[in-house]
Amino acid sequence: MNNPKIEPIEIDLLLEAVFRRYGHDFRSYARASIERRIRQFMAGTGCASVSEMIPKVLNDKEFFSRLARYFSIAVTEMFRDPFVYRALREKVVPLLRTWPHFKIWHSGCATGEEVYSLAILLKEEGVYERTTVYATDFNDEALERARAGIYEVSKIKEASRNYQQAGGKASFSEYYHARYDAAAMDGSLKERITFANHNLAADEAFGEMHLVFCRNVLIYFNRELQNRALGLFTESLVHGGFLCLGSKEDIQFSSVSNRYKVVDGKAKIYKKKDTP
Amino acid sequence: MRASATRHAAKGTHYKAVVIGGSTGGSEALDVILAALPKDFALPILAVQHLHPSDDGSFACNLDRVTQLPVLEPHDKERIEQGRVYTAPANYHMLVERDGTIGLSVDARVNYSRPSIDVLFESAALTWGEALVAVILSGTNADGAKGMRAVKAAGGLTIAQDPASAKYPVMPQAAIEAEAVDEVLRAEEIGRLLAELGVREKP
Ligand SMILES: C[S@@+](CC[C@H](N)C(=O)[O-])C[C@H]1O[C@@H](n2cnc3c(N)ncnc32)[C@H](O)[C@@H]1O
Repeated sequence: MNNPKIEPIEIDLLLEAVFRRYGHDFRSYARASIERRIRQFMAGTGCASVSEMIPKVLNDKEFFSRLARYFSIAVTEMFRDPFVYRALREKVVPLLRTWPHFKIWHSGCATGEEVYSLAILLKEEGVYERTTVYATDFNDEALERARAGIYEVSKIKEASRNYQQAGGKASFSEYYHARYDAAAMDGSLKERITFANHNLAADEAFGEMHLVFCRNVLIYFNRELQNRALGLFTESLVHGGFLCLGSKEDIQFSSVSNRYKVVDGKAKIYKKKDTP
Repeated sequence: MRASATRHAAKGTHYKAVVIGGSTGGSEALDVILAALPKDFALPILAVQHLHPSDDGSFACNLDRVTQLPVLEPHDKERIEQGRVYTAPANYHMLVERDGTIGLSVDARVNYSRPSIDVLFESAALTWGEALVAVILSGTNADGAKGMRAVKAAGGLTIAQDPASAKYPVMPQAAIEAEAVDEVLRAEEIGRLLAELGVREKP
């Protein structure tokens, strides 16, 4: 049975080794998920103990790359939680419209499905030309796929369904071109999107954003790292700017809770107050 | 059933938590089990019921009507308190952190399921070891069998709903075939056994 005994201290040491050798900081990630991924990695590579992995990580870059892939699994969906996109349409876009030009930071964009969802929404609301979207993730492979914007047809079926529920105004098929068993997102959706690598555990804030969209990333962090990331978002947002988190994420228990007021409690949309 | 309850009581284990997993037909059994638990039930219960991805918390709401215990859909990092029922939100895996809080993730489906019973049970086994009770209910796939094995290997108590009495026997049967099950009981019996194991200690 592949349920080797792992001491919490072994995980500490492994993550410390990864950080000191490669600068990738997973020390402040929620442990249950990290441990699960380490166990999957061990089952897949035949490592019998975490202690045995530590010298390998230190001496073998290829071994580390394989492990890092387990640590940054990018799972995402188009129009995930359709009610969130409805709320954005109804409660956020009308205010974004009041700015002649506005900027959006989409952090943790994974393979890009959410960015294209957002682009579609902004197009349908007639404000896409006025925006610049910075879509970031710390996983370069995921960013590469996001840039390409080519998805399996099976994903498209689910996407069309979600799109309708999200209040889509056209037919989803207008936004992609089918090629064999894949679908390529329409080029016009990419015009205002800039993809870039950004690490919430290490990098600095982006200036002057009107909307920060970061969903299902904070759940992977411990409180300390959550506060760091939320601090970056708060620093990046203009007064009156919006923050949209994942459906199970909340600022209530964070260090920035008093900097925002709730716009939509279920969709986890917040508005930054004018004065701190 | 009396015999098995006494046997576990005699073992002198002080259980700290209960995890329950169910799929198709599981929620009826869960209703029966939770209805049997007294208001002062002393253990936390974490439940995964396979749901439609668009369930908006109505599952938790409905459960609330059948039990005297508070039922909640936890938020990320919620501290686990005794005598409460935590149900995994649709589309999220629910995990137990070793510090006694709940973690959520949107990692890939496991056994075509998110939430997955295996994910909850395996992480709970790491945290509670022999002080954990795991219950697997009716369902049409094999999610939970691996998790039950992990609980048993860690010394915990594992219970399967009697396949003959389950609406869909596949899931409890898979756990039994994996040799991961200590007790095979009907839903009412599971309720009674848990009620006994979770008696609040008199000061
Ligand atoms: C589960 S995905 C969420 C994707 C998408 N936002 C959604 O909700 O569907 C989490 C993403 O966070 C990224 N991530 C994890 N740690 C990060 C960090 N420190 N900095 C930036 N991105 C990170 C991962 O690479 C992954 O793409």
